[in-house]
Amino acid sequence: MKAFTYERATSPAAAAAAVAGRPGAKFLAGGTNLLDLMKLEIETPTHLVDVQDLKFDRIDATADGGLRVGAFVSNTALSADPRVMRDYAVLTRAIQAGASGQLRNKATTAGNLLQRTRCPYFYDTNQPCNKRSPGSGCAAIGGYSRQLAVIGTSDQCIATYPGDMAVALRVLDASVETIDPKGAVRTIPLADFHRLPGKSPEIDTVLAPGELITAVTLPRPLGGRHVYRKVRDRASYAFALVSVAAVIQPDGTGRVAFGGVAPRPWRSPAADAALPHGGAAVVAQAFAGAKPTRDNAFKLPLATRTLAAALTPARTA
Amino acid sequence: MECTDGLHLSRRGVLAGGVASVAVAAAPAAEARLASAAPPAMMPVSLEVNGRHHDLRLDPRTTLLDTLRDHLQLTGTKKGCDHGQCGACTVIVNGHRINSCLSLAVQHDRDRITTIEGLGTPDRLHPMQAAFVRHDGFQCGYCTPGQICSAVAVLDEIKAGIPSHVSHDLATPMRPTNTELRERMSGNICRCGAYSNIAEAITEVAGAAA
Ligand SMILES: Cc1cc2nc3c(=O)[nH]c(=O)nc-3n(C[C@H](O)[C@H](O)[C@H](O)COP(=O)(O)OP(=O)(O)OC[C@H]3O[C@@H](n4cnc5c(N)ncnc54)[C@H](O)[C@@H]3O)c2cc1C
Ligand code: SF4
Ligand code: FES
Ligand code: FES
Repeated sequence: MKAFTYERATSPAAAAAAVAGRPGAKFLAGGTNLLDLMKLEIETPTHLVDVQDLKFDRIDATADGGLRVGAFVSNTALSADPRVMRDYAVLTRAIQAGASGQLRNKATTAGNLLQRTRCPYFYDTNQPCNKRSPGSGCAAIGGYSRQLAVIGTSDQCIATYPGDMAVALRVLDASVETIDPKGAVRTIPLADFHRLPGKSPEIDTVLAPGELITAVTLPRPLGGRHVYRKVRDRASYAFALVSVAAVIQPDGTGRVAFGGVAPRPWRSPAADAALPHGGAAVVAQAFAGAKPTRDNAFKLPLATRTLAAALTPARTA
Repeated sequence: MECTDGLHLSRRGVLAGGVASVAVAAAPAAEARLASAAPPAMMPVSLEVNGRHHDLRLDPRTTLLDTLRDHLQLTGTKKGCDHGQCGACTVIVNGHRINSCLSLAVQHDRDRITTIEGLGTPDRLHPMQAAFVRHDGFQCGYCTPGQICSAVAVLDEIKAGIPSHVSHDLATPMRPTNTELRERMSGNICRCGAYSNIAEAITEVAGAAA
C-alpha cells in the first residue's frame, strides 16, 4: 500500500473541502472496497478523509412519507430497519444477497453505491485497462468476458457495475443527496448517478471531485410485492451474473431493474411497461440493442429466466 | 503496551514459528518496501482489546488485523486472504463482526474489540469454543478463530432480528435453522471443509441459548 495521511472530518463541508483541495485525497467510509483496492495499488490516494464522525448514521422519515438514509448507515442496519423490511423489502433483499455478514456490517450506504467494478482485468495491474489507467486499452474486449456487461458498454470499456443494493434503489427511484466543498447541496436521481463508460470509463459517477454523499432518500412506499433474485456461481458470497429487482402490483404492472448486466443498474420505461405482458417481453425491451460477447451471451436467456422466476410468487423465496 | 518497531516485531513473529510463521513470512518484504518510502507519520491510536486498553503509535496503513497480530501479539486472529474474501480475520468490534483485514487501525480509535483470545481461555472456554471442540468443528484450525468469532456474532444478529438472504418471511422472528446458519456463516471459508460440524456446533449453542 502506498503511504497516505489520514484525518477524521468533523463537518460535511470541511470533509468535502479537504478532499477537493488536495489532489489524491479520497473519502474513507467502511473501507471494504477502497482498502482492498489500495492494497493492490489500483487506488493510490495520498490522503484519506474518514467520514465516520459526521453523524450520517440515522434513518429518518421524510415529510413526504419516505425515508432518508444517512450515507454512513451500514448495509446491515439499512437492511434490518423495520420500516425498510416492511415497506422497501426489495432493498432488504438486495443488500442481504450481497457480500457477507462481516462485510455488510462494515460497508456503508454511500460506499456501497461507489464500489468499483469487479472486471478481472481492472484488478490485474499487468493488463491494460482504461478504467484503471485511462488510454491503456481494454483487455476485456476480446479477452475473458463472462462476467462483463451486455449493454450500455462502449468500445473503451465493457465492465459492469457489480453491486446489488443500487439495483433495488433504482427500482425504488431513490435519490442521492450530496454537499460540495462550498456547502452547496444537490439531489441526484439514482437513474442519473452512475455513468455509462463512453470515452471516459475511468469516471464511474456524476459526482464532482470532493462532492460528499450525505444521504440516500427513498420516496413514499410503492406497496406491491418486492423481489430481488440473484444468480451467481455459488449460492452465497459471490457477485451477480444476473440479478433482478422488481416491485409487482396486484394488477401485474410494476417496475423492474437488472444487475450484473450493465455499467449501471439497468431499467427502462419500456421494459416496465411490458411487465403485464410477461418476462420475455420485458427482457426484449430492456435489452434491445444489447451487444453481448461470445462469453457472456448467456446472460440474455439467463435474464429472461431469472425474471420469470422472480415473477412467480411461489418461487421468490 | 506500546511497540512501534515493525521490523523487530515481525522478527519475533517469525521466531514464534508454527502456523503463524506461514502468515508472517511475507512481512519482511513488505517492511523493506515500507522502509524505502518516506517515513510515514505515525498516528496515535487507542484500542480496547479484550478488556485491556492499549495506546499505540501506528503507520496509518496498518490494518486492524496486523495491529492485533504484529503489535499486540494476539496471533489467534488469522490472515487468510487479506482481502475480505475468507473470514479468517473476523473479530468483533463494538459488538459487530467485521473483517479486520479490510479495516485500518486508525478507523478504530477508541473502539472495543473482541478477538478469539477474549472470548475464552483454554481452561475457561466460551460455550462456542467448547461446542466447536465437541463437534469437531475444525481440522487444521486455521479458519477456526474467525469461524468462532463469526458464530458468536451470528447468534446475536439472529436475536437482534437481522434478516438474511434465506429468511423467508421478514415479518416473523429470525430463527437459527441450519439453512440460516449456513447462509449467515458464508463469509467464513474453511479449506478443510468442516462446515457441517461447524453448523452443528453453532446449532447446539443456539439451542442452549434459546
Ligand atoms: C469479498 C467481497 C465480496 C463482496 N460481494 C459483494 C456483493 O455480492 N454484492 C455487492 O453489492 N457488494 C459486494 N461487495 C462490495 C461491498 O458491498 C463494498 O465493498 C462496500 O459496500 C463498500 O462500502 P464501504 O463503506 O466499505 O466503502 P469504502 O471502501 O469506504 O469506499 C468506497 C468508495 O466510496 C467513496 N465514498 C465513501 N463514502 C463516501 C461519501 N459519503 N461520499 C462520497 N464518496 C464516498 C470512497 O472514497 C471510495 O471511493 C463485496 C466486497 C468484498 C470485499
Ligand atoms: S472492461 Fe473496463 S474495467 Fe475491464 S479491462 Fe476493459 S476498461 Fe478495464
Ligand atoms: S484475511 Fe480477512 S477476510 Fe481473509
Ligand atoms: S479447519 Fe482447516 S481451514 Fe477450516
